[in-house]
Amino acid sequence: MDQEHIKKGIVELIQKAETDLPSDIVNALKNAHEIETGIAKIQLEAILKNIELAKETKRPMCQDTGIQTFFVTVGIGFPKILELKTLIEDAVKIATIQIPLRPNTVNPLTGLNHKDNIGAYIPYVNWEFTNGSDVLITAFPKGGGSENMSKLGMLKPGVGLDGVKNFIVDEIIKVGGNPCPPTIVGVGIGGGADLALKLGKKALLRPVGVHSKDNKIAEIETELIKRINKSNIGPMGLGGKTTVLDVHIEMAHRHPASLPVGIVVQCWANRRAHMIIHKDGNWEVK
Amino acid sequence: MEYHYTLPVDKEKIKKLKVGDILYLTGKIFTARDETHHIMLEKDKVPFDPSEMALFHCGPLMKKDKGHWHVISAGPTTSSRMEIFEDEFIKKFGTNIIIGKGGMGERTENALQKYTGVYVAYTGGAGALAADKIEEVLGVYWLEELGMPEAAWIFKVKEFGPLIVAIDSYGESIYKKLKKR
Repeated sequence: MDQEHIKKGIVELIQKAETDLPSDIVNALKNAHEIETGIAKIQLEAILKNIELAKETKRPMCQDTGIQTFFVTVGIGFPKILELKTLIEDAVKIATIQIPLRPNTVNPLTGLNHKDNIGAYIPYVNWEFTNGSDVLITAFPKGGGSENMSKLGMLKPGVGLDGVKNFIVDEIIKVGGNPCPPTIVGVGIGGGADLALKLGKKALLRPVGVHSKDNKIAEIETELIKRINKSNIGPMGLGGKTTVLDVHIEMAHRHPASLPVGIVVQCWANRRAHMIIHKDGNWEVK
Repeated sequence: MEYHYTLPVDKEKIKKLKVGDILYLTGKIFTARDETHHIMLEKDKVPFDPSEMALFHCGPLMKKDKGHWHVISAGPTTSSRMEIFEDEFIKKFGTNIIIGKGGMGERTENALQKYTGVYVAYTGGAGALAADKIEEVLGVYWLEELGMPEAAWIFKVKEFGPLIVAIDSYGESIYKKLKKR
């Protein structure tokens, strides 16, 4: 298996994520542009122009190229499982120079920038295992501006589902224009504190416009979109009809005494790209 | 109303700008995020003249090619992080145009009113689009200590915009208005 070939593939995966936004989010932004007027329309026009320009010139669409984050599903028949972590790290270093990416890993104690997007626990890789021999990697670079608006609520179970819904709506209205709306809101309900936030982040991987398979959850998602968009925060917080493009909820069972709600906010640059590596080392990025 | 200004901009011109107006800027701008605000407020003297430039809340993505810096992507960063510094910053450096995104709070609103300045919003995330309006990189300060995003970059821009006047020199703010609704 040619390791250099795989690294090249991962660099291409990162480049695709940083420069070419998936069609589900682009279409949602185009629809928003149709219905908005005035300042809100100007914002969406700039966003759509920027998306085109980034794709054409293969440049990162946003200067904040994010914390490099990967969701990896490993087929247990893949022959080089133990090498995957190093391959991803090497590819991040190469991508930082080649694409380029903004050096975004700062030591919280010294304030020093590591300059290559590598650091303790970073790139952040989420591992899952499955049958078969293919590896599926989703690149999900996460910008700081929207991540800063994430929130964990350890609610009292007595507040019920209405309490959960109000918490989400209130938080998204409170952060206003800060996370670069129109946003996608990922929510994890239940689990412990860490699981609620993790599910909130994973919920963002679901394409925009695709609701939960669970009818009850899908109903809540639709209700929350309507309620948040009534706020008139609008694109970039400058007023308008489109504050969120979607709300995605995932759930886990909870402890009887706990009702964790993890909110993870994603800016309009909902960057995602996928890659499959086959057991012979060949790969496809899409 | 739409305005096309060349920097530096005098008081009379700032006073013409009202919330909701559109502005395009030509001239020199400098970037400053949390760390640069901190450093500049602590120093007695800074190595460039901020009063002749607009302040841009931005941590750009830059590339050095044959000894020269080029801008790859340079949209605004979240301005609310700088709220804790900005009133002092405006007072100390005479900054009268701040470019950012997401809005700022009461302290900055008051300082902009007192010293006649405006806060203008550029579309967050539109980094490639913004980079194309930057003609030249004139300098960089504190790059080694602070790293690429936090350093102070001096840019020469042409028709940089559209910028939306979001807080004007009369104490009006788009964000405040929306909150009250």
